[in-house]
Amino acid sequence: MFIINCPYCGERDQSEFSCGGEAHIVRPKQPTELSDDEWAEYLFMRKNIKGVQFERWNHAHGCRKWFNMVRDTSNDKIHAVYKMGEKPPVI
Amino acid sequence: MTKYRISKTKFVDQTKTVSFTFDGKLYHGYEGDTLASALLSNGIHLVGRSFKYHRPRGIMSCGSEEPNAICQINDNTNLTEPNVRATEIELYEGLKASSQNCWPSLNFDVGGINNFISPFIPAGFYYKTFMWPKSFWKKVYEPLIRMSAGLGKSPTVPDPDIYDHKHEHCDVLVIGGGISGIISAKIAAKNNLKTILIDDKNVLGGSTIYQNNKNFLIDNKKSSEWLLNEISELEKIDNLTIKTRTSLAAYHSYNYLLAKENISDHLPLNKKNDSIRQRLWKIRSNKVIVATGAIERPLVFNNNDRPGIILANSVKKYLDFYGVSSGLKNIIFTNNDSAYETALSLFEKGISVKIIDIRKKSTSNIVKNAEELGIQIFWNSTVVNTIGYRKVNSVEIMDLSEDGSNVTGNIKKIECDCLAISGGWTPMVHMHTQSGGKLDFREIDQVFVPNEKNENQINVGSCNGDFELEEIIKNTNNKIKKFLNVNETDFDKLSVLGSKEFEKKNIWLLPNTISEGKTKSFIDFQNDSTAKDIKLALREGFKSIEHVKRYTTTGMATDQGKLSNMHALGIIADTAGVKMGALGTTTFRPPFTPLTFGALVGRNVGKFFEVIRKTPIHEWHIKHNAKFENVGQWKRAWYYPLNDENLHEAVQRESKAARDSAGILDASTLGKIDIQGTDASEFLNRVYTNAWSKLGIGKCRYGLMLNEDGMVYDDGVTTRLGENHYLMTTTTGGAANVLSKLEDYLQTEWPELDVYLTSVTDHYSTASICGPNSKKILKKLFPDKDFSDEAFPHMSYQSAKIDNAECRIMRISFTGELSYEINIESKYGKSLWESCIIAGEEYKITPYGTETMHLLRAEKGFIIVGQDTDGTMTPIDLQMDWIVSKKKYDFIGKRSLYRSDTIREDRKQLVGLLTDNPNEILEEGAQIVSELGKKPVEMIGHVTSSYFSPNLNKSIALAVVKGGKKMKGQKLFVPMESKNINVTVSDFIFLDKENKRINA
Repeated sequence: MFIINCPYCGERDQSEFSCGGEAHIVRPKQPTELSDDEWAEYLFMRKNIKGVQFERWNHAHGCRKWFNMVRDTSNDKIHAVYKMGEKPPVI
Repeated sequence: MTKYRISKTKFVDQTKTVSFTFDGKLYHGYEGDTLASALLSNGIHLVGRSFKYHRPRGIMSCGSEEPNAICQINDNTNLTEPNVRATEIELYEGLKASSQNCWPSLNFDVGGINNFISPFIPAGFYYKTFMWPKSFWKKVYEPLIRMSAGLGKSPTVPDPDIYDHKHEHCDVLVIGGGISGIISAKIAAKNNLKTILIDDKNVLGGSTIYQNNKNFLIDNKKSSEWLLNEISELEKIDNLTIKTRTSLAAYHSYNYLLAKENISDHLPLNKKNDSIRQRLWKIRSNKVIVATGAIERPLVFNNNDRPGIILANSVKKYLDFYGVSSGLKNIIFTNNDSAYETALSLFEKGISVKIIDIRKKSTSNIVKNAEELGIQIFWNSTVVNTIGYRKVNSVEIMDLSEDGSNVTGNIKKIECDCLAISGGWTPMVHMHTQSGGKLDFREIDQVFVPNEKNENQINVGSCNGDFELEEIIKNTNNKIKKFLNVNETDFDKLSVLGSKEFEKKNIWLLPNTISEGKTKSFIDFQNDSTAKDIKLALREGFKSIEHVKRYTTTGMATDQGKLSNMHALGIIADTAGVKMGALGTTTFRPPFTPLTFGALVGRNVGKFFEVIRKTPIHEWHIKHNAKFENVGQWKRAWYYPLNDENLHEAVQRESKAARDSAGILDASTLGKIDIQGTDASEFLNRVYTNAWSKLGIGKCRYGLMLNEDGMVYDDGVTTRLGENHYLMTTTTGGAANVLSKLEDYLQTEWPELDVYLTSVTDHYSTASICGPNSKKILKKLFPDKDFSDEAFPHMSYQSAKIDNAECRIMRISFTGELSYEINIESKYGKSLWESCIIAGEEYKITPYGTETMHLLRAEKGFIIVGQDTDGTMTPIDLQMDWIVSKKKYDFIGKRSLYRSDTIREDRKQLVGLLTDNPNEILEEGAQIVSELGKKPVEMIGHVTSSYFSPNLNKSIALAVVKGGKKMKGQKLFVPMESKNINVTVSDFIFLDKENKRINA
């Protein structure tokens, strides 16, 4: 059970948050112009890395804000937390 | 005192006799005893039968590692508990314990036959045998396995005890109250850190607290005396909390730990009263100091499992802590110096003791001490056999060959009634590995020690591989100083006298004259796996330790292999010729010792099991005999039986009344989201499949929401309350998820939109009145309001007042009838409802529940998301093409609607089904086939909703069928257990296809 530093509320227990999967997958601006394969790439394909991964998290039982988090999935070390729209840090 | 209660100690109060029963027979012990020490004091070693071979087994240890002495306590009462370790049960007046896994009795156990047929039941026996013939599985093998599986008996009635949960935060948590834990806790607490020290025993001090041996001195005092003084000082420190009887169960990441405190388990039955039984502590600590100690290893030799064979240090604890001698003619069998402490303790009390040591010599102080006292030592020897069925009565020993791989010379037979064995020590690294730490293998004494990388966690004492007193004290002090950034401690200048061990020798599987196929050299005592089983697994090609473990079941019993894992690894390494360090260990998983379900669930039982949500009208429903159903967390009125009506009768009556005159439904549970902002219309355009920009203020529209994969996610009516203000309704169960999904898109994909979402589900109470007389009832309720179709048409909204309370009235319909939904602030919900009932009296207004609502909407062919859809249905599959905008450039899920898979024509599609016999009602979930008799049977769909319609006087059903759109009129079959039901595919709108009734 991690402690997550919500960029809006500060440190809170993991049980207040929910994970929304891989971050920085942008919804295509013009979906209708994509082929099935391109659309499937957006819709289904995720990296699921063992190691440093960029993830979306939601402070679901708190401020309800979404934000991004850099977490090493092999040891759950959290390297960084940053707001939506901010540039991902270099890890 | 019994003949085995040798002396008085400060830990057992011999003035306080405690009576208890074991297997129905009455015995006595003293306050401070464990069940195990009390049994031993009565000369009882045999306490159970082994799992597979039903061999007699005795008490083997004095702690949580105990594999044999596991009991059922308080059998045949509601307090019964199986698989409890006798070594951990503190004796209390009235305790009833019984042995497990034997029938008809412990002394004569029919299952003992397994011991003699054991050559035919090797490792993997179950996998190999119960494969064939296939027909034997259900009738023969499964009942047989079930009968012999498991050890104790599960309780059959609810647990009357109270359990509790509590959160705790601290600077430093010290796990283990042995000498290193006490040193650590004192340093932490004295440096102003909020410290918690936990220990699973009732007395602090670990094995040092009863260490009276004069070879071990601290500050020129016996180490036990020195430690006792430290503990009394510890108790005076304010910012230190000591929790005894508290065992650590789990160590999760970020120093989050679970510990179970026994609060009343040790109290006499008549004093437990209503006390909490156990409390689960959820601890978050900045820093964690692990001081869990080490477990003594057994030795693996032929017949090493007989009652009377006990770990050497446990023999010492029973003697020095409880004053109980495990035997009167003792033999110590060891490969290391620590067992000599046991020998000296026995000798000092005048009890006969001899020593067998596999080493050629030992030059340490303590061994010299034993030699000087004249204790007989058989050097370079090993036990090759033990004799005695219900208790060991003699051992056979032989000399070891030069390299230790074989035995030589003649067999010597020595009589004994207790064989104390010691194979060295295994650091308890469970906590370290549970927290994600890795291990290093130390060749010299063949132990895995923590490889410390976590800056907020440290291991000290013997769990870190420090076994000798001097190094324990010195290393603990130094490590803690660094860990807590402390310059000076009370322990910097301590003088310590110990006994250093110079000669080390270890043989994982001791040699014998007979081949190992014919010996019974146990590794896992509880699961009965032997050295032979491990070797067989290797011969059969298993290489990974994880596979060998599962194939032989070594380490998979309730003790989780605390005594067995290292020997299994060692024998694999020796046999396969690989290094033990390279093999690695199996994974240590929580809990460290079994936890009760009670401790895990705490107070969340009975009515506190789950949050219950009730509508403001709930009390009225109860008063009017409603039966409820659970919809998510909501309690919804299901139907309102009159007199002794059953569900079917009530629903038929309610449904007819709603269509013939008037019905009223509590619709308060529907999810409601208030949407405001200048981009609200654009937002709705993007989240619903249909267009919203042109919806007039005061108008309502039905919307369908998809997932990005094109599948139907939710539906509901949204009303435009103002230029930039909408009220969205969602399904009852989907409300929270819809809000979270909408927030997700708003915050992450479209942050440029000016939209604000607020959940208002609980703010409004909703009464939905439907039926041809509903308009008349509304007129009575709101006499000033014009309810003509022109002034208040279908799919529109108006506000109105009742007794000065603001209402929002939506003319919308989920039943196909003329229908109004009145929303009012929750606090007025019940009062509004009652007004509706009074106003409707002359039209016999009938309250109806969710079941009738489902029936009425099915007559009209309206879907319920989650009942007629299952996450694989697109709007096209549901024949709802009309609601999917062709003009909108984009909305959630649009692109997915023409993926190659979603445009397939043979997808499951929504259809109506009519049974050929109109009185026959299909079962929801029943499978549908197109041909009978063909094998394999191809299931082409299933029934999603099915009812008997009182308004149509026939059975109707909704179903999803592959390619169903084009099958209207086709005959299909619904095969049931007893017969096949013939059905015909129909339109899914069964009633009023022309929509006349909503304007009736």
